[in-house]
Amino acid sequence: MSVRAHEVSVVVDGKSLLDSVSLALEAGEVLALVGPNGAGKSTLLDVLAGDRKPDGGAVELCGKPLRGWSTLEQARRRAVLPQQNSVAFPFTCAEVVRMGRAPWEGTDADQHDDVEVATAFELTGTAGFADRPFTSLSGGERALVALARVLAQRTDVLLLDEPTAALDLRHQERVLGIARERADDGCGVLAVLHDLGLAAAHADRIAVLAGGSLAAVGVPAEICTADLLSEVYQHPVEVFPHPRTGRPVVLPHREENRR
Amino acid sequence: MTERRLRLIEPPTTPPPPTPPVRRAAPRRRVRVAVLFAVLVVGTVLVSLLSAGSGQFDVPLGQVVGSVLHHVGVGGSSLDRFAEATLWEVRFPRVVMALVVGCLLGASGALMQGIFGNPLAEPGVVGVSSGAAVGACLSIVFGWGFLGAFTTPALAFVTGLLTTLLVYVLSRSGGRSEVVTLILTGVAVNAVAGAVIAFLTFLSDQSSREQIVFWQLGSLAGSRWVYVYSLLPLAVAGFLVAGVLAKRLDLLALGDRQARHLGVRVEALRMVSVVVVALMVSAAVSYAGIIGFVGLVVPHLVRMVAGPGHRVLVPASALAGALLLGGADLVARTLFRFADLPIGALTALVGGPFFFWLLLRTRRRAGGWL
Repeated sequence: MSVRAHEVSVVVDGKSLLDSVSLALEAGEVLALVGPNGAGKSTLLDVLAGDRKPDGGAVELCGKPLRGWSTLEQARRRAVLPQQNSVAFPFTCAEVVRMGRAPWEGTDADQHDDVEVATAFELTGTAGFADRPFTSLSGGERALVALARVLAQRTDVLLLDEPTAALDLRHQERVLGIARERADDGCGVLAVLHDLGLAAAHADRIAVLAGGSLAAVGVPAEICTADLLSEVYQHPVEVFPHPRTGRPVVLPHREENRR
Repeated sequence: MTERRLRLIEPPTTPPPPTPPVRRAAPRRRVRVAVLFAVLVVGTVLVSLLSAGSGQFDVPLGQVVGSVLHHVGVGGSSLDRFAEATLWEVRFPRVVMALVVGCLLGASGALMQGIFGNPLAEPGVVGVSSGAAVGACLSIVFGWGFLGAFTTPALAFVTGLLTTLLVYVLSRSGGRSEVVTLILTGVAVNAVAGAVIAFLTFLSDQSSREQIVFWQLGSLAGSRWVYVYSLLPLAVAGFLVAGVLAKRLDLLALGDRQARHLGVRVEALRMVSVVVVALMVSAAVSYAGIIGFVGLVVPHLVRMVAGPGHRVLVPASALAGALLLGGADLVARTLFRFADLPIGALTALVGGPFFFWLLLRTRRRAGGWL
């Protein structure tokens, strides 16, 4: 088990953002975290990443309480891709991706720095940006280079906050394909996703957050039901099997166009 | 056209194009960095020798070099007593003081921009210099001397540190400082510090009043070896710590959370850096007064040539600061005969418009304020 939240609660100004959420990310799986806006997805990710101390409950990383690891030891075990990625000075993309190797400086692993950086560039298809300043890239390009930095960190746990938000359809597939590859290599990958179709197609399990508590966790076939999703999103949702793959396809219910 | 469209619709089974080498720019940049350092060192040496030779009593460059070589003990020849005294008791202390203060200001500007994650942060602009000046003024006006020669720098350090912390807390949120908040905080801090200094000026007697006024203008006049020697340990300490911090400052550019995810103990790094900046600025201010904009202009120019990596930026900014201030002091002493212009006014005259240009550029790039 790579990361586990045990009855985590977060209260801000008397308002409960997370209410006793228990969730475990297993090694070798892609776990999608979905839910409507304001459900507490990012808050839960912050707690798992150690950015926010939960008001109740506990977080474990690789079998030990999160606070039991030093900042550096955490960085060697889990990498985090935040939603917003900006860099204060015009560092080139090569420099930015190389920053992902910082936790390994001075260890035996740092002889792989060049290889890991090159691999991360190749996986994300961003090698062409290597010499360009990060600040000159578009939103989607930045997201990919930021992902490359996270991949270069070579950790057993990946926490990705909306890794596909700024990307076109081809790159969305690419990014979740990378997540799948890393999971097959034995990593635990947690991805916050908004697109239920992407979650259904790529995740091993889906966790649904609603109103700060966990509404359901399970394999896509269990989670992607019209009843559950319609209730959670408070909007009628249609689910039907994909004609070729049989994977569930999730769409909001739309009226036929009356012209 | 059709062929291209067909190819696009196909599932992506084609192998990805070969990856271009990732570190193509690195060797080119390394050459640029080497050239930059060479130019800065040679420039600094030249300006220093030139500056030592010029003034009301001119010493030809060859003789200056000869005298320096003689003092170091590798040949050369000593000059007549008057020339020797001029060089070694008046000019060189001042030249060295300009270099050290320039180093401190350049490096502290680079550090400060790194900690604030903001290219407009500068000791003078955000008010740290005037904050440090308040402490220095206090010790002058009330004639305090409980720490001997270090009383003034120590007090400058205390108030400088408090000011840095204040600006830091006020202007940052979420690991960044917005341009507007930073500048406005600077305005407020400078206003308060200015008021306190004005009040102290009002309270003081004539001689300390003169000293205070000179400070606010910024001046290297009256530098002596004793001052240089008491400034040096502070500068060396500052540089050593700055050198250790430099690499982690790079990671801070990603934002606080991101840096923490990469194993940086962000809070500790910030606190140490803030103390180092306060130490460097206070040391510079307590001996040379408020010399603004060096910490702003210098790191910017260096970044254009050598990129934003702090391991190069901090030492190169220190050297470039030395060159700039050495040159500025030469100009301040020799532009008008028999007049020693306040060097702070001179740097502000050049730095002010530069700052303005940076503001405009930042605004245009960010499509509004950052």
